[in-house]
Amino acid sequence: MTETYDIVVIGGGNAALCAAITAAENGARVLILETAPIPYRGGNSRHTRNFRCMHHGPLGPLVESYTEEEYLADLMKVTGGKTDEHLARLAIRSSEECLPWMEEHGVRFQPSLSGTLSLARTNAFFRGGGKSLVNAYYRTAEGLGVDVLYEAAVTHLELDGDRVTRVDYTHEGAAKSLSPKSVVVASGGFQADTDWLARAWGPAAKNFLIRGTPYNRGVVLADLLDQGIAQVGDPTQCHAVAIDGRAPKFDGGIVTRLDCVPFSIVVNKDAQRFYDEGEDVWPKRYAIWGRLVAAQPDQVGYVIIDAKSLNLFMPSVFPPIKADTLAELADKMGLPGDALAQTVAEFNEACGDQSGFHPTELDGVATSGLTPPKTNWARPITEPPFYGYSLRTGVTFTYLGLKVDENAQCSIDDRLVSNLWAAGETMAGSILGQGYLAGFGMTIGTVFGRIAGKEAAAHAN
Amino acid sequence: MQIDLLQEARRQAEICNACRYCEGYCSVFPALQAERAFSDGDLTQLANLCHNCRGCYYACQYTAPHEFELNLPQALADVRQDSWEEFAFPRAAGKAFQKNGLAIVLATVLGFALLFWAARALAAAGGEGFYAVLSHNAMVAIFLPAFLFPLFSIAIGLRRYWQTVGGAPVRLSHLRGAIASVANMRNLKGGHGDGCNFEDEDRFTHARRYAHQAIMYGFLLCFASTSVGTLMHYLLDMPAPYGLFSAPKILGLSGGILLVLGCSKMVWLKLRSDKSLGATNAFGGEIAFTGLLGFVGLSGLLLYAAGGTGWMPGLLVIHLGAVLAFFLLTPFTKMAHGFYRMAALVRDAQRHETV
Repeated sequence: MTETYDIVVIGGGNAALCAAITAAENGARVLILETAPIPYRGGNSRHTRNFRCMHHGPLGPLVESYTEEEYLADLMKVTGGKTDEHLARLAIRSSEECLPWMEEHGVRFQPSLSGTLSLARTNAFFRGGGKSLVNAYYRTAEGLGVDVLYEAAVTHLELDGDRVTRVDYTHEGAAKSLSPKSVVVASGGFQADTDWLARAWGPAAKNFLIRGTPYNRGVVLADLLDQGIAQVGDPTQCHAVAIDGRAPKFDGGIVTRLDCVPFSIVVNKDAQRFYDEGEDVWPKRYAIWGRLVAAQPDQVGYVIIDAKSLNLFMPSVFPPIKADTLAELADKMGLPGDALAQTVAEFNEACGDQSGFHPTELDGVATSGLTPPKTNWARPITEPPFYGYSLRTGVTFTYLGLKVDENAQCSIDDRLVSNLWAAGETMAGSILGQGYLAGFGMTIGTVFGRIAGKEAAAHAN
Repeated sequence: MQIDLLQEARRQAEICNACRYCEGYCSVFPALQAERAFSDGDLTQLANLCHNCRGCYYACQYTAPHEFELNLPQALADVRQDSWEEFAFPRAAGKAFQKNGLAIVLATVLGFALLFWAARALAAAGGEGFYAVLSHNAMVAIFLPAFLFPLFSIAIGLRRYWQTVGGAPVRLSHLRGAIASVANMRNLKGGHGDGCNFEDEDRFTHARRYAHQAIMYGFLLCFASTSVGTLMHYLLDMPAPYGLFSAPKILGLSGGILLVLGCSKMVWLKLRSDKSLGATNAFGGEIAFTGLLGFVGLSGLLLYAAGGTGWMPGLLVIHLGAVLAFFLLTPFTKMAHGFYRMAALVRDAQRHETV
């Protein structure tokens, strides 16, 4: 490569593209180093579908209003207060101006998808999903003269005091280096490196499925943390949800979700229930179920429903296991038949009046005298055929990351690294200590991607 | 219908139904999402509702090399193509021409030959203009059956379609919805109004939509020109030739120009498009059909330009031969898609009504 670049952006997803576009619009010569090949470019952004956005009055596809305070309260609820309020408010406040910016740069929105009406006020859905957003941003970036190298894997950033002096990467089988004026790291978490996950979680992590890109292996993150760049977050914290146990190891994305838990009983491999399946509507509970399943033996759960519940939830990508009797279902699913029969019988006996059953609202149709209880949608499992799904923990992204300030800038030994910025999942731990708020990952990526791009360009110019 | 094509479309539709990211692009996804399981009839309806805009393919995170290997535009194109062959009357003709560009070209040449023979054998002494080459009665004798047979054949095909997809009795409101969709090709707008993905991967443009509408309106204008001419001939006793500012001429000239421009652009777009996102084995048939339609327009325009010259008789038989081939092949070529697409849109309007 004979070109000289002011800025190298490491990563090729939403945050990287927002940074590259912003930097290019501020006059910088930008190169994106994307480790994935073209069909898989875009990291986890390929699998996203919306962007959580503050707004005063209707904005684009969003209805009514969603204030800073309400947004922050929603965030505090899911993180249990484990958040940097200053950065969180910055992300929230900036989200409102992001939406028109996204439209100007090619992103198209649509009314909230069917089955997601509860998000119509808070989350703007990308028409066609995250890959269409990624495609639009690549076109915009290339139109601004940004160069993109695919299958370019960054291996090392050379630090000299408070400066990154060199970016080492491999491309087309050769080791190469660049020495740009500024570097933006937007290469995600480390969840695709299951060895790293296992170091944090123990061997249980080997049974986790990775919902998104297999390319987020945390190579750059590890390289920077090893050199003493300030880190944030706990290596066991991540966005993890309960998904279909038959999903592929990597990259299963949205279709592997299962929405049937609230209408089911969920047992572990010993056919024992372990948590209230009806605690809340599924969009508010699927994330905690990732951790619940992870805590069970072999990190697996089994969902059991009967015929009357089959059509109450979104169709699954893999058909359920079906049987005319519970004994046959237990056999097909590899569960102990007697134990399952007993668990179901105890559950059925604990069910009471079901006249108030309402599949989309907290209906209070609860068990009595059962531990753990089922506090909503508790209807006995009696009507054949019976259906079963397996549940596994699906990791979206890890929270251990680079600590940044309000300028998205990284630091080392309590001073700023003069030419290193980070955006997206790789620094999301700066805001998300635990838990997850739907659509907030794209907000962090867009807001901090734009900040990083602007700052990196200002430094380079 | 081919079970493997339906099975592949079913496999893909079930994945789409668990994702739903594409529901804003076109009519296919809301219709798809209304089902939990897909019968052969459901898939046939979805396939004919699909306009092959390809928005869903380029937006899809599950295309190859992903193990789900989604390519919904192709899966639906294959089912659609197969359904046209299956519904065609006679079926053998559908199988012979739908995917076979060479057969279309041969049929066209046969059309030329027939007209040459007719011009020699049935030449009218004393006719004026075109009728000096071929008498009005001879033209009617050739073209009336060539027009009525395809109508009859299409009617049978549509009946078969309607039975397969489980259509209900059609009301005016259904037709209104379908015609509105066709009139501005809503399903090639991408839902956001930026157009479709065709000639340049994931870039949205209106090129294909405009080319399609030029062809469609060009054809309708030419058809109107012939219809008006027929009425003038029989009702008003005003036989051809007509002057430049007559209704048949104005309609025919503008229609011919639109046909030529639209078909040329469409062939150019198709050549630049990714063939693996359509029914690959029908590509030759589609190009040949579009070429034939464009040639009908071009030969008509040339005929007008050369009306008073020695080129006229030759051009006339070539033009009429092409028109003859075009009409006779209508139920068995890409032209049939217009009828099935309309039927699918009517059926979709019925679905909206029952939702």
